[in-house]
Amino acid sequence: MGSATEYNRRDIFKRAAGVAVLAAGGGSLLAACAGGTGGSSDKGSKGAGGYNLTDAKNPFGVKDADGLEVFIFDGGYGNEYAKAFEAMYSKQFPGAKVNHQADKDVTGKLQPRFNAGSPPDVIDDSGAKQMKLDVLADSNQLTDLAPLLDAPYLDDPTKKVRDVLMPGTIESGTVKGKVYNLSYVYTVFGFWYSGKLFKDNGWTAPKTWAEFIDLCGQIKAKGIAPVAHQGKYPYYINVVMMDMIAKQGGLDLMKRIDALDATAWDDPAIKTVLDAFFQIVDKDFLLPGTNGMTHTESQTAWNQYKAAFIPSGSWLENEQLATTPADFDMKFLPMPSLPGDKLPFEAIRAGAGEPFIVPAKAKNVAGGLEFLRKMLTKEASGKFAQTANSLTCLKDGVGPEVQLKPGTASTVVALKAAGANTFNFQYPNTASKFDEDLQNASGELMAKRITPAEWIKRAKESATKNKTA
Amino acid sequence: MRHGKYPFIVGFLFLPIVLYVGLVLWPYAQTFGYSLTDWSGASQDMNFIGLDNYTRLLDDEVFGTALWHNLLLLVLLPIVTILIALFFAFMLNVGGKGGTGGIQGVKGAGFYKVVFFFPQVLSIAILAVLWGAVYRTDQSGLANGILIKLGLSSVNDPVQFLSDPDMVMWCVLAVLVWSGVGFYLVLFSASMQSIPKDIYEAALLDGAKRGQTFFKITLPLLWETVQTAWVYLAIVAMDAFALVSSITPGAYFGGGPDHHSELISTYLMRSFLRNGEAGYACSMGVVIFFFTLILTVVSLWATKRDKIEY
Repeated sequence: MGSATEYNRRDIFKRAAGVAVLAAGGGSLLAACAGGTGGSSDKGSKGAGGYNLTDAKNPFGVKDADGLEVFIFDGGYGNEYAKAFEAMYSKQFPGAKVNHQADKDVTGKLQPRFNAGSPPDVIDDSGAKQMKLDVLADSNQLTDLAPLLDAPYLDDPTKKVRDVLMPGTIESGTVKGKVYNLSYVYTVFGFWYSGKLFKDNGWTAPKTWAEFIDLCGQIKAKGIAPVAHQGKYPYYINVVMMDMIAKQGGLDLMKRIDALDATAWDDPAIKTVLDAFFQIVDKDFLLPGTNGMTHTESQTAWNQYKAAFIPSGSWLENEQLATTPADFDMKFLPMPSLPGDKLPFEAIRAGAGEPFIVPAKAKNVAGGLEFLRKMLTKEASGKFAQTANSLTCLKDGVGPEVQLKPGTASTVVALKAAGANTFNFQYPNTASKFDEDLQNASGELMAKRITPAEWIKRAKESATKNKTA
Repeated sequence: MRHGKYPFIVGFLFLPIVLYVGLVLWPYAQTFGYSLTDWSGASQDMNFIGLDNYTRLLDDEVFGTALWHNLLLLVLLPIVTILIALFFAFMLNVGGKGGTGGIQGVKGAGFYKVVFFFPQVLSIAILAVLWGAVYRTDQSGLANGILIKLGLSSVNDPVQFLSDPDMVMWCVLAVLVWSGVGFYLVLFSASMQSIPKDIYEAALLDGAKRGQTFFKITLPLLWETVQTAWVYLAIVAMDAFALVSSITPGAYFGGGPDHHSELISTYLMRSFLRNGEAGYACSMGVVIFFFTLILTVVSLWATKRDKIEY
C-alpha cells in the first residue's frame, strides 16, 4: 500500500492522449469521443464454447507459437515467484516466447495499453496503483474466467479447478455475477502481536473486547503503547472497525454494507461496535503520532516493541522481514469479541487477494488462462509460499515439506480454527469512492476530531450518495 | 537564394510544428473532447454527455475545497517566495556594507548562493522523503525531535504537522517556498548583476540608504524578471501535484487528512485513475488550463510597466 511513486500529471495525459491519437487514427475529435474505434471484434465471444474442457493437457487450445506477456505487480510478494511459473509454462510450450514484466505502477504502465486495445495476456493487478477491477469489468476489458474454473485441475484431472479453491476465492473474483479475476494470495486480516513481548510480560492474547481493553491498560502501565496503526493510510484501522461490525452484526449486515444499503448504518450493531472501538482513542491507547505514520514507520515502531498490537493483513510478515527481530515470534489475533456477537471469536476476515486477470483484448487469451491454471498446482503454490511467505488460494496448497515463518504458521492455525467462519468485505473492490469516504472518516475519528456518531453519519451519507451514482 | 527562402524556412519549421501540434495541441484538444463524455478511462467506450461534468463540478464540495487550496497557494506562494528571494538576492549582491569598496554583497555571498540554490537540485522524490522525515508525527521526526528537546511539544502529544488539518497546507507551502527560493534568488541575482554599478554609486553619493536603493533602483530595474517569476510560481501553485501527492496522508495521491490538502491536481488524478471517472477528471484539467491561462494573462497585464533601458 501507498508506495510513493511519483507522477507527473502532464506525463500521464500525454501518454493517454498520445495513445488515443493512435487509436483514433485520423478521425475527428468527436469521433474520438464517441469512441467507436476500440477493438470491435469481441474476443470474449469465444467463451466456454470455444474450449475443449475435457482435454486435461491443453483445455484452452494454446498454440505453441503464440507468445505470452506476463505483467506482475512488484510489491510485497516481489516478482521472482512468477519466473518459476513462467518456467512451468515454457516447459509445456517451449515455442512460446514469454515476456516477463514487473512494476509497482500498474495503472501508469497499463492504462494506456488497455486504451490502445493491446494489454498483456496475464496481469497481477494489485497495489496502490492498481487498475480498479470494477472499472475494467464495466468497460468489458476482462475475460470471463468461467472456463478456467471448469477446466481440469492439473494435479488431479478428475477434479475441476473450482473444486480446489479456498472458500471466498470465487466470490472475490466476481464482479456483477461473473468471475473476472483469480485472487491468488490467501490473506487473513486481524491484529498482530509479538509472542516474545507477551511471554516476557506474562500477557495472554485476549478473546473478548473487554479483555482487550483491560490488557491495553496493563500494557500502557508498562510504558508501551497498546495499539499502533498505519494512520497515514486509514485503510488498516478500517479493517478493525469493519471486522468488529461484521462479527457483531453478522454476514447479513456485511452484505448490506457491501451493497451500499444506507439503512444498514442504522443497525444497532454498528453503534455498539463504534462505541466499544472508540475506547482505544478515548483512553489514549494509541502510539503517539501513529495517526500520521506510514505503514513502514508504524510497523517498524511495532517491531521495536514500541507498540503491542497493530492491524494488518498477513502480508505483514513478508513486508517486515528486514526489521523484525529474529526472536520476535510474530502472532496473529482475530478481532476480539463483543457481547452478543453473531459470529464466534474464531471468525476472521479471510480472502483471496492479489487479483490476476486476463484482459479480453489480450493477444493470447488461451495462454493467459493456461498460465493461471498452472499457478493452481501444488508445485506453484509451494514455490509461492516459500518465496513470498504467504498462502495461496489453492486448498491444502502447502505441503508439509514447506517451512513456514511464525506469523504465516499462526495464520494456518487461525484458518483451521475458523473453519467455515470466514468473511470478507467486497466494498473496497466494488465501491472505490465509498471506501475513500470511509477511510477519511476513520482518519478523523482516530484523531478524535469527530465522534463515533458522526462517523456513522458520514458512512451513511456516503452510502446514500454512491448508491445512486 | 531568394527563390528558395520559403521552402527553406518551411522545411525547417515543418517537423517542430508537427511535433508541437501532435504532442501538445492535439492532446489539449482531446482533453476538451473527453471532458464532454462519461469516459471511464479504461476503454474506448464512452457517451457524449455535454456539459454535465462541468455542472457536476459546481456542486462538488471536494472540488470546491481543492480550488480554494489552489487559490491560497496561488496568492501566497509567489508573494512569499519572491519577497524572500528578492531580499536574499539584494543582500548577496548590493546589500553589503558600502564603505570604501563600492557596491558589494554581504561577506561570503558566493557560499550562500550555493547553499540557497541547493534545494533546487534535489528531485521532488528526494524532497518528499526528506520532508517526510522532518514532518514525521512521532518523536523520531526531525521537527518533533527538536520541539520536544526544546520543551515546546511532548513525546505523548507530538505535533501532527501533515496530519493536522489546520497545519497541512502551511507545511506544504513551507516546502514549496523552501525548494523554490534558491532558483529565484539566482534568477534575481543574475539580473541585478546586469544593473550598472554607476547607478548605485550615484545613489550612494546622493546619500541613499540600503532600503532606498532597493525600492528606488533595484526593484524598478528588476521588474521584468519579477514578472516572469510570478508567472512561473503561479503555474507551480496551480499544479504542486508531485509534492502534495507524495507527502500528505491518504492512499491515493494524498490530499488528506479528509481533503484538507486536496488540490485540483490530486483530485483529478484520483478521479482519473482510481474512481474510473476520466471524463470528469478531464473537465477538471480543462478548468486548470483556463485558470492558468487567465491568471497568466492577467498577471502579465497587471504588472506591465514601461521598460527601462540601461
